[in-house]
Amino acid sequence: MIGCRAAGHAYQRGQWLFRSLTFAAPSGAVTAILGPNGCGKTTLLRALCGIAPLVEGTIEASGPVGHVPQATQADLGYLVHEMVLLGRSRHLGRFGAPGRQDRAIADDCLAQVGIAALRDRRYDQLSGGQRQLVLLARALATGADILILDEPASALDLTNQGVVLRLMRRLADERGMTVLFTTHHPEHAVDVADHALMLGGGAPLFGPAAAVLNETNLSRLYGVPIRRVDYRIDGQGGAALVPLHGIRRQSAGGSPPG
Amino acid sequence: MTALRHPVLFWSGLALLLAGLTLYALAAGRYPVPPARVVAILSAGLFDTARTWSPTEQMVVLVVRLPRVLMAITTGAGLALCGAALQGVFRNPLVGPQTIGLSAGASLGGVAAILAWGFGPGVTVGAFAGAAGALAAVLAMQPRGRVAPVLTLVLAGIVIGAFCSALVGFITFIADPETKLPALVFWLLGSLATAGWPGLALAAACTLAAGAIVLAMRWRINLLSLGDDEARALGCAPGRDRLILLTAICIIVAAQVAVSGVIGWVGLVVPNLARLLVGADHRRLLPASVLIGAAFMLVADTLARDLTAAEIPVGIVTAVVGTPVFALLLHRAAARGRAA
Repeated sequence: MIGCRAAGHAYQRGQWLFRSLTFAAPSGAVTAILGPNGCGKTTLLRALCGIAPLVEGTIEASGPVGHVPQATQADLGYLVHEMVLLGRSRHLGRFGAPGRQDRAIADDCLAQVGIAALRDRRYDQLSGGQRQLVLLARALATGADILILDEPASALDLTNQGVVLRLMRRLADERGMTVLFTTHHPEHAVDVADHALMLGGGAPLFGPAAAVLNETNLSRLYGVPIRRVDYRIDGQGGAALVPLHGIRRQSAGGSPPG
Repeated sequence: MTALRHPVLFWSGLALLLAGLTLYALAAGRYPVPPARVVAILSAGLFDTARTWSPTEQMVVLVVRLPRVLMAITTGAGLALCGAALQGVFRNPLVGPQTIGLSAGASLGGVAAILAWGFGPGVTVGAFAGAAGALAAVLAMQPRGRVAPVLTLVLAGIVIGAFCSALVGFITFIADPETKLPALVFWLLGSLATAGWPGLALAAACTLAAGAIVLAMRWRINLLSLGDDEARALGCAPGRDRLILLTAICIIVAAQVAVSGVIGWVGLVVPNLARLLVGADHRRLLPASVLIGAAFMLVADTLARDLTAAEIPVGIVTAVVGTPVFALLLHRAAARGRAA
């Protein structure tokens, strides 16, 4: 479980990014945080991970947090297994270095996210999708039961988006982990999240994903009309969200004008 | 390239290289002593061997060359270790002990001491006080109560370094050209010529004690090199860890400057060379920098001693050798599109 009580943050006095925010993301479930740019999603994540404190309120967590940042700034040329091994640092103390057991855990985490083959590659020579998976393996290597991901799918192609989202779902279902992620893709939240938190555009909204992620709320949140389309293709049902930006309008007949 | 394929071979090769260079440095010079005889002289204390050497040879090896060679090893190892640690802590391969103002602070202290009391033990006190003052000033320039970004630390170091260098220039300008200036300039240029057992004892004690702390924190340096946010998210207190490391580095640099003046480029070039050989992981990078730094300094000092009839300040040799190597490394980094 991870959440906060009566939390608020402002970078300038009186200009609150969010305030009176209370929510609890339960274990064994995936929780999505949505909101437009600048609404405080990253600020909230940083506070939940213990990176930077909030102005007011308390953070409540059932244990240590594994954090998956959008990207790392490591630029000195570490190898993939060294990056993952860094996840073990919390257990090593100031003067310690990882041992055989830590290396075994790191290798196991690489295998869990399906990139054991990249073990000896240089991290800075990987693609964006591969890097994201390495950072995910590193967060798993911390041994934390809470996983916080900052826009895990934003830099990925469609295939890798699917890989990461499925992995998040599996970690919640099979290992009972608390998975929390921010996203600019409401359809990802609809796909994997059990709960959703909406920041920005009025008071924060938290609840079951099915209830929170409706057309009215999403349209208001982003200032764009959004339609939910339920579909059934090849026996598989689901819901898609379609933002109606209305940039290229098509006539009712279907053929583009001009 | 960066993953060591034969670690045992690599490390024993590096150690052998250092041992060979040490032997060469003890043997070569204006009064050459055959290497076999150097080994015999050195081992005379351990084994009861027949004396096959002259008293002069013993004098040259044990009294003249040994402290100087050990000093070169200590200095090179210490400076390279500091450079490697600083590059990790500041996440920038272009940082060295000189970049963050420590060397300039120590040299200001030393120069002030020479101006006040002449060349003597006061230089050591001055260098330590100067380095500590520079570190304190750099830390004082950090924003209070907030998390200090790494860049402000580096910029503060550059500012303090420039300020100290200006004062050093001023003192050089007003120093008495008859009595103080020659000693002052020679010390500033960096030389191991004055190395004796007392200076060596000081430098070795400081380098060993503070170096042990830096080496023990090699994994923490990996963590710090990810940046403060990630280090904190992975469970470390970057501010405190950095303070411990900077203090240890300050002690090593101050001791080195006190004993042999400012010797540049070793702390900048050697860690980059070592990174090419063993990769970025500080568990390997720090020990490799220590060994390569010692070897680099031995070569530089032997050249400084023997290249011409007169002694060249070793700081000049390290700069002349170091700058082209560094330019090459920079070019390689730029070619890979990752110019730091």
